[in-house]
Amino acid sequence: MFGRLKRWLRALVRRGAMERELNEELRYHMDREIEQNLRDGMSPEEARYAALRTFGGLEQAREECREARGVRFIEDLWQDLWYAVRLLWKKPGFTLVAVLTLSLGIGASTAIFSAVNPILFESLPYPHAGQVTMIWDIGPDGSRADITYGTYRELLERSRSFDALAVMGSWQPTMTGPAEPERLNGQRVSASYFRVLGIAPTIGRDFDPSDDLLNSPGVTIISDGLWQRRFGGDRTIVGRQITLDDDAYTVIGIMPSGFENVLASSAELWRPLQYDMSQGRAWGHHLHMVGRLRSGVGIDQARGELDTIARAPVPEFTRPPWAAIEKGLTLNSLQDDITRGVKPALLAIFGAVMLMLLIACVNVTNLLLARSAQRRGEFAIRVALGAGRTRLIRQLLTESLLLAVLGGALGMLVAGYGISALMALSPPELPRVNAIEIDGAAFAFALGITTLIGLIVGLIPALQSSRSDLHGGLQQGSQRIAGGHQLTRRMLVVAQVALALVLLVSAGLLLRSLERLFAVDAGFDASHLLTMQVQTSGHRFDDAATTHRFFEQALEAVRQSPGVTGAAFTSQLPLSGDLDEYGVHFESNPAPEEDHTALLYAVTPGYFEVMGIPLRRGRLLDAHDVAGAPVAVLISESFAKRKFPGTDPIGQRLHIGPNEGPWYTVVGVVADVKQTSLAVSRPDAAYITTTQWRFANKAMSLVVRSRGDAAALTPLIRNAIWSVDKNQPIVRIATMEDLLKASAAERRFALILFEAFGIVALVLAATGIYGVLSGSVTERTREIGVRLALGASRGNILSLVLRQGMTLTGLGVVIGLTGAVAASHAIVTLLFGVSRLDPVTYLGVIVLLSGVSVVACWLPAWRAARVDPSITLRAE
Amino acid sequence: MKKQKTDLLQGTLELLVLRLLRSGSLNGWDIMQRIQLVSGEVLSVTPGALYPALHRLEERGLIAAEWGESANNRQAKFYKLTAAGRKQLEAERQTWERFTGAVEAILRDA
Repeated sequence: MFGRLKRWLRALVRRGAMERELNEELRYHMDREIEQNLRDGMSPEEARYAALRTFGGLEQAREECREARGVRFIEDLWQDLWYAVRLLWKKPGFTLVAVLTLSLGIGASTAIFSAVNPILFESLPYPHAGQVTMIWDIGPDGSRADITYGTYRELLERSRSFDALAVMGSWQPTMTGPAEPERLNGQRVSASYFRVLGIAPTIGRDFDPSDDLLNSPGVTIISDGLWQRRFGGDRTIVGRQITLDDDAYTVIGIMPSGFENVLASSAELWRPLQYDMSQGRAWGHHLHMVGRLRSGVGIDQARGELDTIARAPVPEFTRPPWAAIEKGLTLNSLQDDITRGVKPALLAIFGAVMLMLLIACVNVTNLLLARSAQRRGEFAIRVALGAGRTRLIRQLLTESLLLAVLGGALGMLVAGYGISALMALSPPELPRVNAIEIDGAAFAFALGITTLIGLIVGLIPALQSSRSDLHGGLQQGSQRIAGGHQLTRRMLVVAQVALALVLLVSAGLLLRSLERLFAVDAGFDASHLLTMQVQTSGHRFDDAATTHRFFEQALEAVRQSPGVTGAAFTSQLPLSGDLDEYGVHFESNPAPEEDHTALLYAVTPGYFEVMGIPLRRGRLLDAHDVAGAPVAVLISESFAKRKFPGTDPIGQRLHIGPNEGPWYTVVGVVADVKQTSLAVSRPDAAYITTTQWRFANKAMSLVVRSRGDAAALTPLIRNAIWSVDKNQPIVRIATMEDLLKASAAERRFALILFEAFGIVALVLAATGIYGVLSGSVTERTREIGVRLALGASRGNILSLVLRQGMTLTGLGVVIGLTGAVAASHAIVTLLFGVSRLDPVTYLGVIVLLSGVSVVACWLPAWRAARVDPSITLRAE
Repeated sequence: MKKQKTDLLQGTLELLVLRLLRSGSLNGWDIMQRIQLVSGEVLSVTPGALYPALHRLEERGLIAAEWGESANNRQAKFYKLTAAGRKQLEAERQTWERFTGAVEAILRDA
């Protein structure tokens, strides 16, 4: 192998010298031959011809010698390449179309690959990332639920599967100090959080268990980004104090610059959880839990152990009914966990882009086939001059590889733009967005597919041309022999139509899903609604009365603003990502297993009117439901139906959260509201006024109903709130319509990409049909002329060509339908409200494709019908 | 008067070339003449077959080439056997003898 390489290199370097030597050697032989012939008495002329004859083809002998030496390989490569360059240069139209088509396919698929690869396939940027797992509680409906601190404490004590376990929640402190106050995103984490991830601060130290004790001195670890941005990279910041939400925190560490926090990518600082277990908080479902498996412990083994623990409660860890983990716990690798939402969409999109790439390849193959049909004469001459079959194939492959490389180069440019577009379109839950780039893997992918495309795209025409009888190419009137390449081209067009159908059906199904999704009744009126979260920051708000007063005054100020028809606060806002659930215990069903988990909304009176949530029975909450008055609760329609079938829920009594203290009374029933997204039904809900609720929320969502454009009210509302207290942060400003759209972001993302790929596929298929038909019309001009001369009408010819085109389309549609049915499996999780076999979609796509192909057939058909028999017949 | 000429079997040419070069270096023209001469003009080889064969042998390292003066004072390319070539010749000769022996035996006795 090495020797061979050396010879190739030598051949490459000494190409000229070796060629000269060969010529010299053969000339010597010729001369001797001629001399002998002269001695035998031939004339000089005769002697020369005789010598040439004995050689049996001097050029062929030379070729064989070159081949024997391995020189030929390099030699031919240069020659083929140079020839290919000249050829592409001479046919700029063809080259442009082929290169653009390929670059679109390669670029789009590289862009998608560079998104899919880091998210789904590359391991997370942590040491032994496969050992990092995420653990969830299982809610009553079987979905994942946040972990309670109580469960965490129990696992910490009882589980043997983990090197480290950590729980965390979000934290958004306001940093004050010499510079402007700034709202920061952070996390409250238990002490071993960074040990679970396996990343330690580069400067300073990690959290200690002692930092995590309630009321320990405040400490914080900051990200490299925050360190650079706010502290200018000053190392002495470690050990100094900063002020966050009025409290002093000592900076104890700085995370490395490359640290990627996939659990909260925007977090810039961390503080110990310092969990306060008073007031029954230990059993609220509001923490996330991660764990690093002990080395040698597999995921399944850990799952088994968690199951055993969940099923066997011990007296030291008594569990309340709503956190009894009776359904067990869910454990998955962190990577699977953060990608589970986007995985189906990403895989489907990747599949779609590969389909599009395939269609692009088929198109270019078709172009090459059409061209090689035109080049039959050229190939015939080359064969006659001694070119072997393999040599011809290699020539064609060189050309297609050159095309692919050009397409690939341009494709990298397309991929660059594609990635920017992708990031702009990406749904918020897309993890590791920052890792999306054209890295080594993406480059290797692009290079790989480019080479593969070059070979595949070139191989079909190459085999075609060398298979057909090339001597025919030299014969006059060869154009009359349509031959096998037309068959191949037709088959390719059928394939194109079929592939385009698969893509278009998928896009159609997604489109219908989105329509259906937006037709879902959210349970409230989303138009003219502006929403935002108003937070309180500072120790004055430790007092519940102060907090209530601030929100009351803010609400009053907002209501006074012009253009506002109503406003209210709620502890959690539908479609915003909020999810606050509590155990509900009914007086009529005292058994703990009868308890339910329900969404709990602490709202100001007027919330229902502002949101437009219809009242079904009883009354709404009003200004009389204040602290001290009997506690009034509203429950949702489905909850009432399920809990009190056939009986009146009004007057029923219940507890929410801890099962203690005075009972709450159900005073009314309201319509179900979509909380997580339009696609998810989670209808069990309870509503209570903020002042009657046991906890004073420090952050509340404001909903404002406007007379006109809701978004335009933003500055006015913000100023109204700040007129009460200008230091309180306002975040998450969005109209309810934006939230609606965002809640379907993942489907929209998939839809936009599928639509884009589908449209490209449609255009490519149309050009494919057009190309084949117009090629066939050109080749059959004579035949058409004869038909016309024999009395066929123009209409006959028109329908002849149309029929030919539509037969191809029809065949493609039939094959494509099978493919589309199979492919619809892949997007089934993205569908909503439509069957994957939705007949309307299938029919619609067939009509669309047929319509487009009629248009594509029309031009060649019309051209055929205008053939003048007297001209065509005379021409040959 | 023309003698009946026999085409060389595939692969036989290389064996003959190796055998001819055992006794010393020769150029292409000489090799061709020798084959005809030694075989009593029964075997003939065309340059179109000979030169590619020479180049193949050289490529495989069985023969080596160098430029030198020919009989009529011209520069010509001379081939000579390498050590590997010598071994190859012995091996191929044995194969050949086994083969022809077997064929002869069948022709005689069958």
